[in-house]
Amino acid sequence: MARKTPGLNTGSMADISFLLLTFFLLTSSINTDQGIQRRLPPPLRGDEKPPKVNERNVLQILVNMYDQLLVNGEPMNDVRELKGRTREFITNPSNDPNLSENEPKYIEELGKAAVVSKGVVSIQSDRGTSYEMYIKVQNQLAEAFDEIRNERSQQEYGKSFDNLNDEQRKIIQKIVPISISEAEPSNYGGKK
Amino acid sequence: MSRFKKEGKQTVPELNMGSMSDIIFMFLFFFMVITTMRESSLFVKITVPAATSVQKLEKKSLVANINVGAPNSKELLKKLGPEPRIQLNDQFAEVSNIIEFVEAEKQVRNEADRNIMTWSLKVDKNVKMGIVTDIKQELRKASAFKVNYSTSKQAPERK
Repeated sequence: MARKTPGLNTGSMADISFLLLTFFLLTSSINTDQGIQRRLPPPLRGDEKPPKVNERNVLQILVNMYDQLLVNGEPMNDVRELKGRTREFITNPSNDPNLSENEPKYIEELGKAAVVSKGVVSIQSDRGTSYEMYIKVQNQLAEAFDEIRNERSQQEYGKSFDNLNDEQRKIIQKIVPISISEAEPSNYGGKK
Repeated sequence: MSRFKKEGKQTVPELNMGSMSDIIFMFLFFFMVITTMRESSLFVKITVPAATSVQKLEKKSLVANINVGAPNSKELLKKLGPEPRIQLNDQFAEVSNIIEFVEAEKQVRNEADRNIMTWSLKVDKNVKMGIVTDIKQELRKASAFKVNYSTSKQAPERK
């Protein structure tokens, strides 16, 4: 009983499939690697002494083998407090003599002096510290520096750090350097 | 009278297969895009820690991976024990092999690119810092300064 069905016009099928293809191309992201990027310091040469830093300019973070934090000699229970603490230490808005020094420094590209903090964050971990804790600490510091950079970008250019062009970004990186130093680890909790 | 005429032969209309190729190509491209080539299979179990403030690695060809974690299969666990191990390319390595590895990886890159290479540390979150520090010291000695601590992205907390 079936009638002869007319042939379907499949000419536009190719268009539809291309549309789908481009849709997936645009929406799916390739699995890219991501992480926290840091620069290691060059190795010390023989008798070279590490530069002397004023005590008030150092925020010392110690992490022991039980993943407990000691910040400038005081225990810190929650790692999430570290971000605010770092931010306060680096920016030092109230010119507290116990926090880092702010010093105006002439930035050539900017053509004027900008306030640059002399603060250095020092991390010392133990051989028995877990990597997860170490990353948590690094992450808090990264967030703190990101926030400070954003703040300064807003001040200088009225834009967030992500929206700056390369040149402006370099200037902000000069004004707010990521000054994290890593001390050689202690060895109380690790066999090796 | 014969309004409903019976047809003798009931023919099935032919399907136009012309566009099938388009669909297949679409699948092909789709899978080509979403699958990343894995150069070496991992022998170590790695669950990277999560972080909120992460950056994407820009140039994939200028990244070399250093994998650290406990062996992932039962046979290897029996043979090597549960201690974390370093895997470079497709074999286990010791901390002392890092300098060789850095040199070998630099050799296969363009001369101009050698100093802007990133060394991605893919470390399991349960690994202790001791081995990571050893690796970092070796990297410093090999003047491979640009490191990346591989993490997964976590949504930032809102207060």
